Amino acid sequence: MPGVSGERELDAESACWVEDLRSSGPARELALARLHALLLRVARSELRRREGRHPVVGPELDDLAHQAADDALVAVMAKVGRFRGESRFTTWAYKFAVLEVSAKLGRHFWQRPAVTLEAGQWDQLPDRLGLRPDELAEHAELLAALRRAVAEDLTDRQRHVFTAIVVDGVPLDALVVQLGSSRNAIYKTMFDARRKLRAALAANGYLAAPADGPADLDWVRRSS
Amino acid sequence: MTGWPELEAFLRTDPRDVGCDQALRILDVYVDLVLSDTAEAAARRYPGVAAHLLACGPCAEDYDGLLAAAGRAGDDDT
Repeated sequence: MPGVSGERELDAESACWVEDLRSSGPARELALARLHALLLRVARSELRRREGRHPVVGPELDDLAHQAADDALVAVMAKVGRFRGESRFTTWAYKFAVLEVSAKLGRHFWQRPAVTLEAGQWDQLPDRLGLRPDELAEHAELLAALRRAVAEDLTDRQRHVFTAIVVDGVPLDALVVQLGSSRNAIYKTMFDARRKLRAALAANGYLAAPADGPADLDWVRRSS
Repeated sequence: MTGWPELEAFLRTDPRDVGCDQALRILDVYVDLVLSDTAEAAARRYPGVAAHLLACGPCAEDYDGLLAAAGRAGDDDT
């Protein structure tokens, strides 16, 4: 990718942050306290921004924000020596807080007592993929073909990931925790599964021949 | 066409998609470019990241969050 590997001169504010955080004594302590306060604000805002898409509320939400800010600060301090100024320091640091919020919400999914997943909720699939009840009959054959392709064309791993995310509605970050995997690995598994399913449906005349192009998967946003 | 656009969009993949690791590695760079220029400019410079953010819900959520946080950065110095 262009323009992300070169070292560049830091802007004044970023340079100040890096210098203070890598110093010792009061300047470092002050910078640490300021940065923690900023990361905590970002974590709180992020949890509030995602309200309605996660079940965390009240004191538990603030606990989660503190945990995210604490862990983000540790991550920032572990990597500040490698900060090269491709972005503003604060944007770089905030990224750790946002990613910690995502990771903690993924773990929290399995801690909820209300989580009672029934594996293979195929009747939910049309709704998850935007099909209205009155369209069900029209697409029954395609839906059956999709289900058959999932059973016959995917590997065990792809089928497991597809079923968990698309059929059962498990958030991708929660599946990462359950499988001890990474977001990138699960995404790649789903990417390959989508390609296979499209090819299978196309081969049987249900879809046009596979054509790669931009996708807009709002259903994933709704379910994660 | 199936008449089921959501399914077709779901099954469509973009070969430019760089995946989560690469997208998240430069998410801060991408966000600052969006804020200092435009989303279109960022997408032109990093088409693989733009493709990924269209397809990956969790990374798009992180992008939205970082964009909101970094956009408030000037108000954060309290």
